[in-house]
Amino acid sequence: MTDYLLDLSGVTKAYPGVVANDDVSLRIAPGEVHALLGENGAGKSTLVKMIYGLVKPDAGQMQMHGQSYAPTDPHAARQAGVGMVFQHFSLFDALSVAENIALGMENPPKMRELSQQIRDVSDTYGLPLSPDRIVGDLSAGERQRVEIIRCLLQEPKLLIMDEPTSVLTPQEVEILFKTLRKLSAEGTAILYISHKLEEIRSLCDSATILRLGKVVGHCTPRETSARDMAEMMVGSALKTPTRESKEPGKVVLTLDKLSARSDSAFGMPLREISVEVRCGEVLGIGGVAGNGQDELLNALSGETLVSPGMLTFDGRDIGLFGPTSRRALGVLTAPEERLGHAAVPDMSLTENAMLTGAAREGLERGGMLDWAKARSFAEKIIEAFDVRTPGPGNAARSLSGGNLQKFVIGREVLQRPELLVVNQPTWGVDASAAAAIRQALLDLASGGTAVIVISQDLDELMEISDNFAALNEGRLSPPRPAQGLTVEEIGLMMGGAHGMEVADV
Amino acid sequence: MIRLEKRPQPSRALSLSTPIMAVLATFVFGGLLFAVLGKDPVEALQTIFWQPLFGEYAFYYRPQLLIKGAPLVLIAIGLSLGFKAGIWNIGAEGQYIMGAIFGAAVGLAFYPAEGWYIFPLMVLAGAMGGWAWAMIPAFLKVRFGTNEILVSLMLVYVAEQFLASMSLGLLKNPEGYGFPGSRNLQQYAPAHNAELFAGSGMHWGVVAALIAVIFAYVLLAKHRLGFAIRVTGEAPRAARFSGVNPARLVLFCLGTSGLLAGLAGMFEVSGPSGQITIDFNVGYGFTAIIVAFLGRLHPIGILLAGGLMALTYIGGDIAQSNLGLPAAAIQVFQGMLLFFLLALDVLTHYRLRIGAAEAV
Repeated sequence: MTDYLLDLSGVTKAYPGVVANDDVSLRIAPGEVHALLGENGAGKSTLVKMIYGLVKPDAGQMQMHGQSYAPTDPHAARQAGVGMVFQHFSLFDALSVAENIALGMENPPKMRELSQQIRDVSDTYGLPLSPDRIVGDLSAGERQRVEIIRCLLQEPKLLIMDEPTSVLTPQEVEILFKTLRKLSAEGTAILYISHKLEEIRSLCDSATILRLGKVVGHCTPRETSARDMAEMMVGSALKTPTRESKEPGKVVLTLDKLSARSDSAFGMPLREISVEVRCGEVLGIGGVAGNGQDELLNALSGETLVSPGMLTFDGRDIGLFGPTSRRALGVLTAPEERLGHAAVPDMSLTENAMLTGAAREGLERGGMLDWAKARSFAEKIIEAFDVRTPGPGNAARSLSGGNLQKFVIGREVLQRPELLVVNQPTWGVDASAAAAIRQALLDLASGGTAVIVISQDLDELMEISDNFAALNEGRLSPPRPAQGLTVEEIGLMMGGAHGMEVADV
Repeated sequence: MIRLEKRPQPSRALSLSTPIMAVLATFVFGGLLFAVLGKDPVEALQTIFWQPLFGEYAFYYRPQLLIKGAPLVLIAIGLSLGFKAGIWNIGAEGQYIMGAIFGAAVGLAFYPAEGWYIFPLMVLAGAMGGWAWAMIPAFLKVRFGTNEILVSLMLVYVAEQFLASMSLGLLKNPEGYGFPGSRNLQQYAPAHNAELFAGSGMHWGVVAALIAVIFAYVLLAKHRLGFAIRVTGEAPRAARFSGVNPARLVLFCLGTSGLLAGLAGMFEVSGPSGQITIDFNVGYGFTAIIVAFLGRLHPIGILLAGGLMALTYIGGDIAQSNLGLPAAAIQVFQGMLLFFLLALDVLTHYRLRIGAAEAV
C-alpha cells in the first residue's frame, strides 16, 4: 500500500529526564484498525497526543494523505479529521450529555438538532444514550459512550481510542467491536490503544509495539500469539499475584435480601441482594458500571443505612450503624472515586489518613486529634505501599491516580480490617501498581480477612477471586466458584449484553 | 493571552498574603475614589486609618474599636464554622436581634430586683434566642431540604418586625412618656454589661469574642468536629464516607453561629446600646460576613479583620463629619475590601500564565 492516511517517521519527543518517544515510525492506511501496544510509560500516550495536537514533537515527520501534518492544537487535529476518545473523561458533571457534546464542538447546532444527531449516532452504532441526562448521574461506562459519540459526530477519518474496553462487559466489548468494524468498513482508520491482547487479536489488522519509547516490533495480531506479543511488550514475564490456598473460614458477613434506594436520582437501587462472605474469602463482584456498584459499596460502608436484618456482620445487625461504628467493628471500605469520595483533594495525605484512620489507629482521644500520630500513620502507608510523593504534607490532588489509589487502599489495609470492601481497586492504575494492590488484597485474605472486590475488570476478578458474582440492575447473581468459569458464563451472569442493542452491521 | 492555571497545591504564602494585598489595593482604589470626590486621598485615608488609633482624640476612639469590633468578631467566628462546611447562614442579623430581645426581656422581667444571677441568666437567654432563631433554617434544611441561605435571610426581616413590635409593645418602657423603646439597661445595674475597666471599652462581649476565637481555633485545628467541618466543606462525599452525619453538622454549625450572634446581640443591648429600640440593629450581622471572609474563615484572621472593619467604621464616621465624605463612599470603600479579597483569592488556587503555554 502506498496511500497511507497517516505516516509518522522518526518522531521523537523528550521530556526533562526521559525520552518519551525515540525515533518512532508508524503507518496507518484508511480503514485499518491499528493497535498500539505497550506497558504504562512505554510512550503510547505521548505518541497519540502528538497525533492529536496536544504535544509538539521535537523531531520527525508526520504526514497525512501524503501532506505534511503538524497540528498545533486539538482543534487543528479535529479539522484534519482526527478524533480521540480519552481513557479519562473530560466531561462536566453538572451539564447534560448534549450540552457536554456541544461544548466540544466548533459550531454547535441548536440543542434540539444536536439531540437528534446524538440519538441517530447512538442508534446507528448501538450506543444507547439519552442526550438529556445529566453527566454527573452517568456511570463510567455511560460517560465513555458520551466521549465516543462526541467523536463520531465529527465523522473522523482517524479515530484514536485509549483503553476503551476497561468498563465494558465481554458482550459489550463485542458490540463495541462491531461498531468499530463498521467504522473501519466505511473507511475510518482506528488507532487502538490497549494492553488486552486477546481483544487486539480479534479486532486489529496490525500492531505496533512500544517499549520505553522505542518501537520494538510490528506484527499482525491475528497471526501472532498473545504470549509473543506480551513478551515483546514487557521484555520479560510479568509477575502474577500469588496466594496461599486456605480453607474458607466461618461466615462473617451476611446480606439477606438487602434492598436500598440510591442517593442519586438516576442511580440504581439495590434489589434483594443475598450473599454470604467467609473469613479469608475473596468475593469478586463484576458487572457493568452503573448497575449498583456504588450503591452496594455505600450500603456496606454505612453511608447508606439499611433496614434491620438485611446486613449482619459477625453476628451483629449493622444495618443501622454509620461508617464510624462499622469501622470500629473492622468493616472498612475503599470507594471507587478517589478524589472527593475516598480522599479529600485539597487536603494533605496526613489529613486524608485521619479521614478513616482516626478510630482504629488511635489518632483521636476524646474527640481531640493527634496530628503527629496521623502523620506517622500516613508515612507508614507511603512506606508500605510505595506511594510516590515528596511527603505526607502534600495534597492528595498532587498525586497521580495510581499513587493515590495505592494510598487509599493502603490506608484501609493497614488498619487490619475484618472485612474489606473495595470498588475498582486498580482502575487507571499502571500494571505494576495494580499487581501490588492485588497482592495486598490477597495477603489480607490469607490472613483471614474477608475481602469483597467490586470491579469491572474481569481479568482482575478471575485472577484474585475465590467466588464470583455479578451485579445486574441492582440484583446480585448467586456467587459461583471463580475457577473454571468461562467468559460466556460470566457474560450471562452479568445480564448478557446489558442495556445494549446490536448495531445493524 | 492570559490564562489561569490550577496549582497542584494551594499556595500557602499567597493564602496569607492576599488579605494584605487586598487592603493595599483598597487603599489605592479607595484613594482614587476619594480624589474623584474632590477630597485629598492621603488625608482621607489618614483620617480613616490613623486618626482613630493615634490621632488627637484617640483616647475616645480606641475603646470604640473594641465596642464595634467585638460583636463583629463574635458573629463572624460563628459564621466561619458554617461557611467552612458549606453551610451558609446569612441571617446572623436576625439571630443578633433575637439574642438582644431575649436577653433584654429576661433582664427587664427582673426589674427592679437585685441579684448577681440576673446577668448570667440574660447571657443564657440571649444565647438561646439566637440559637433558636438559627434552628429554624437548620431544622427546615435537615427535615425538608430547604435552602438555608433564603430561610435565614428572610428571617432577618421577620426578626426586624419582631423587634419593632417589642419596642412599641411588650418591652416598651412604662415610664418612657410613650416613646418607643425599652428601659435603659445601663441604668439597671444587675443587668448592665458595664465596662470591666472604666474607659477601656472592654466589656463582657469583648471577653466572649476572645474566648470564641480561642475556642474556634482549637476546634478547627485539634478537634474531630472541626475536622469534620473542614472535610465537609472540601468534599461532602468524603465527609460522609469518613462518618460525618451531614444533618447533625448542619444543626451544629447553624446552631453555634446563631448562638454566638445571639450573644453578640445580648451584650450589645445590655451594654453599649442599653435599650431595645426599633433601630437597635445596625448591620453587624451582615458586616460580619465580610469579616469572616476577610479573615479567611480563620479565627485569628477574623480577629484581625474584625479590628480592621471596626476601624473603617469609626474612621469612616470621622471622615464623614470632618471631611464631609458621603456615607455611601465609605460603604463603597468597605465593599472594595471584600471585592479585592475575593478577586485575589483566585490566585491562591490558580496561577497566572501569560502567553499560550504548551499543553501536556
